[in-house]
Formats: sequence, structure tokens, C-alpha cells
Amino acid sequence: MSAGVVGPPAAAASSSRPPHRLSDRVRAERKLAFYLVAPAVIVMIAVTAYPIIATIVLSLQKASLDEPGKNTFIGLDNYGYVFTAHLFWMDLIHTAVITVVSVSIELVLGMLLALAMHRVIFARGLLRSIALVPYAIVAVVAAYAWQYSWSLDNGGWIPRLLGLSGDPLSHQFGTYVAIIFTEVWKNTPYMALLLLAGLSLVPDELLEAAKVDGASAWQRFTKITLPLMKPAILVALLFRTLDAFRIFDVIYIFSQGANNTATLSQLSYSTLLERLNLGLGSAVSVVLFLIVGLIAFVFIKGFGAAANPGIETN
Amino acid sequence: MSVKARQRSGWSLAFVVVIVASLVPVFWLLMLSLKTPASATDGSFIPHHWTLDNYRDIFNQSVFTAALRNSIGIGLIATTLAVLLASSAAYAIARLDFPHKQTILAVALMVTLFPQVSLVGPLYNLWRQIGLFNTWLGLIIPYLTFALPLAIFVLSTFFREIPWELEQAAQIDGATPFQAFTKVIAPLAMPGLATTFIIVFLICWNDFVFAISLTATNAAMTVPAAIAQFPGVSQFTQPIGDIAAAAIVVTIPVMVLVLLFQRRIVAGLTAGAVKG
Repeated sequence: MSAGVVGPPAAAASSSRPPHRLSDRVRAERKLAFYLVAPAVIVMIAVTAYPIIATIVLSLQKASLDEPGKNTFIGLDNYGYVFTAHLFWMDLIHTAVITVVSVSIELVLGMLLALAMHRVIFARGLLRSIALVPYAIVAVVAAYAWQYSWSLDNGGWIPRLLGLSGDPLSHQFGTYVAIIFTEVWKNTPYMALLLLAGLSLVPDELLEAAKVDGASAWQRFTKITLPLMKPAILVALLFRTLDAFRIFDVIYIFSQGANNTATLSQLSYSTLLERLNLGLGSAVSVVLFLIVGLIAFVFIKGFGAAANPGIETN
Repeated sequence: MSVKARQRSGWSLAFVVVIVASLVPVFWLLMLSLKTPASATDGSFIPHHWTLDNYRDIFNQSVFTAALRNSIGIGLIATTLAVLLASSAAYAIARLDFPHKQTILAVALMVTLFPQVSLVGPLYNLWRQIGLFNTWLGLIIPYLTFALPLAIFVLSTFFREIPWELEQAAQIDGATPFQAFTKVIAPLAMPGLATTFIIVFLICWNDFVFAISLTATNAAMTVPAAIAQFPGVSQFTQPIGDIAAAAIVVTIPVMVLVLLFQRRIVAGLTAGAVKG
């Protein structure tokens, strides 16, 4: 995204003035900007930096919420424990499977939805409003809506529709399907909106010209629309991947991680607040945000190649 | 002509599919909330016996009414603080030239994508020591971790689109700086501020991770956390009707906001992502 991309100065118009007046002006402007930005930046750092640093410090300690004040420094022992724990690797795999499968489906469905929103001529506002409902709805509500729909024991309509005799939520595969279903339902609209913004940057004349030259609809989509949308697709994938990787609410409501569907966020939460192991839970948290950072880094490297120089910053 | 007609019916079909897919789960919840407890699990879409008992039931429980009050209060305060702090920062980012502008935006964006559960441990620990556990302030502070960067990000996108030259034009026409601000700039900035407020409020309203970790009782528990802890008739049965009714109640404001402000919410959510 914005990292490493320097926008053209907002006050470019002032550059026609004589140099000495400009530097005064620039100094005054920077000073004003500093005062205006400082409160927000200070609060942002205060509220996020403390917990982040505290998490890192606690991850190097043997610390229990049961015994406050008895923390002892144990170096990287917690990390050693995390990386040798079968549970951690299983939960990492669960998280990765849910993330990859749901984001892939969201990309395909989101693209279709974006094309529909772009092309539908009648009741466009209504279509967009209704498509926004799953996005705006509280995640816990979405999770209950789908859990009750999937659960045979709770009289859900999906097992009936599919003619299932067993409860899909009683085993791992069924629970996975239901969780991914919920994720896809909830997040496809957001994916579609991000893609729609990219779609509107594709010039209609270009598509018309290709049509006149005899390109089929599929060729126009793959040779013109997709390449021009590449930056938007990467942004959408980055946002959704990072968001999906921290999935917590839906898992908590569905299964509390039962049926082997616990994710890293769930593991971190249960280690911290159910097993009250502050040190170990913090180590899981640190590993979680390192992985998220790594994913972001890989995507942003990908951007460097794909997004520039076609994209403006202002 | 026939190709055109086929395309047209194709898009109409897509339209219907989108609407059904988006609304079916909400409709299912609504119907569940209108069923009697005995028939909640009968599996039919339309209730055999219609009842408002579930709604009466949740509004008679202090767990739910307190949670509703907490959700609204905490959400409004956190959102107001975030939008106030963000508006001056976003003004500077949109209008003034200063170093590290893009860095601030990039950091804000990264913070919004940070795994929230990673912040829970130390906050829980500290809040219990200094008495912020299970208080409004104890949720407002962590809400700022995502509300503030999101507000900065969305607002600076909106502020960039404002034709600021109008302010000078008004002053040239004889308006005082104060008049230029209140009569020209403020009306232009209002839609962006309102949209940012709505988006940030919806995100606060949605929070579950912090609410389930940092609250314990009616004093500060918000609706998503309260729903997840509704007491069932027995340990093994969920109070489906109550949960469905509560879920519908928290969904109503969301639906109203989305239907009224769809265009602006779309603009706020997408503009920054592609251009930034």
C-alpha cells in the first residue's frame, strides 16, 4: 500500500513562490501539521505500543495470571515449548486451511459480485445495500445464524436440504465447511467492494475497442480487466488474508475449537485466559503477529513489482 | 438481440442469487426468534406458532438490557474520541505538506490489521491490577487501537476530495475565516465525518475479542459477549430463541445504517484501499 510510495506534496501550488518565503512557509506548515497529527499519533502509540511491548516481555517470562508478581525470566523457553508443541502446529494448519480456502473462494465470488454490481443497471443501490448486510452484521450474529442453519440437532435447514442423516457439526470436516461458509458469506461483500473500486478504474473505451477487434468476453476479462485490476486484487487479498488469519469470533461461537478446528487466535486466547498461562500465551501471540507481519511483508514485496508505477497516491 | 436478452436474464439471476444468499441466514434467525421454545428446533422456515415471547424474555433480563446500554455507550464514546482525534490528523495529512505522512498512514493501516488477541493478555493483566477490568474505560481504550487508525485512514481519504480552494474563494468574497470555515468547509466535511463515524461505530459494535476477555458482568459486557454467554435451560441446551432474538435486535441498527448510507459506506471503505 502506502509503504514506500511517496505522494506528491499536497501544497505543490506553493512551489512557484520565491525560495526564501517557501522555506518559512514550509516550516510553519510542518509545525502546524505536527501539532495536528501529534495527539492522534501519541494516543495510537500509547494504546497499542504498551500491550505489544508487554506481550513481548511477558513471552520471555514464566508468568501465570494465578500468581501475579512471581514472574521469572526464562529466555526463549516459552518459544521452545510453543514450537515443539503438537497443538501449535495443528492450530497453525487449521488457521492456514481456513484462511487459504475461504480467501480463495471469496476472491472468485467477490469478483463475480463486483462484476454484477458494476454491470447491473436496475436497482443498483438496493443490490449494494443488501450485499453490504453480511459485511456489516456483527460477526457473532453471523456465526450463530450459520451455526443454527448447519446444526442438525438444532433443526437447521441445511442438513435437511442436503438430506444428511448425521450432524455436520459433529465432525471436523463438517465443522470446517460450516466455518468456511460463514467466513465466505460474511467477507465476500468486502472483497467485492475492494475489487469493485479496481474495476471502476478499467476504462470502458478499452473494452469496447477490444470488442470491436473481435475479443470474446472471456478474452476481454483475462487480457484487459484482470491485468489492470492486479493492484486492487493484491490489496483485497492482503486485507482479507490478514483478517482471516486472526479469525476468532466465528470459531469461538461454532466450536470453541472443538472438532479440531481451533485456530492460533483461539489457542492464544485459551492459553491466556482459560489456562491462565500469561508467559506461554504471550509467546503464542508474538508468533501470531510475526506470521501476520511475514504475510504482509510477502504481499508488499509482491506489490512493489505489480502495483507501480501505474498507481497514483493522491 | 437474443445475446443481449440472455445477458440481461443472466444478470437478473445474479441479482436474485445475491439477495437470497445475503438475506437467508438473517431471515432464518428472524424466524427462529419468533418461534416458541418447544418448536425452535422443528426445522421449518415459517413458525407454526408465532410468538414475541423471546423478545419479551430478553428485554426482561438485565443481562441483555445492560449489555445493550454498554454496547451503545462504549461504542459512541470510543467512536467520538477516535473521530475527534483523527479529524485533526486527517486534515493535516490531506492538506499540509510534511515528512513521514505516508509512514503515518501505513502504520495506521498495519495497526488495523493487527491480530487483536495478541493485545489481550497484558491488557487483562494490567486492567485487573489498576481496576480497569470490567469497566467502560477498560474497553474504550482497546477499542481505540483499531478505531483510531481506521478513522485516520478513512477520513484522510475523504478530506483529500474536498475542494479546499473554496475556502480562499469565500474569503476573497468577503467572508471571515470563521465564516469560510462554518459556511463552506464544514458542510463539505460533514458527510465524510458522518460516514467515518458510522463505519467506526459498526466496527466497535462488532467487537468480540476484547469484550469477551476484558469484561465479566453487566457493568461493561457488550451485546456480542453477552449473547455468547446467555444462560441455557440446562448446561447442554442453548437458549436458541433468546439468542436469535438478541441477534436480531443488534442487527436492526446495522441494517438501518447500511440501507440509509450504503453509497457513502461503500465510498469510505474502498476509496483509500485502491488509491493509497
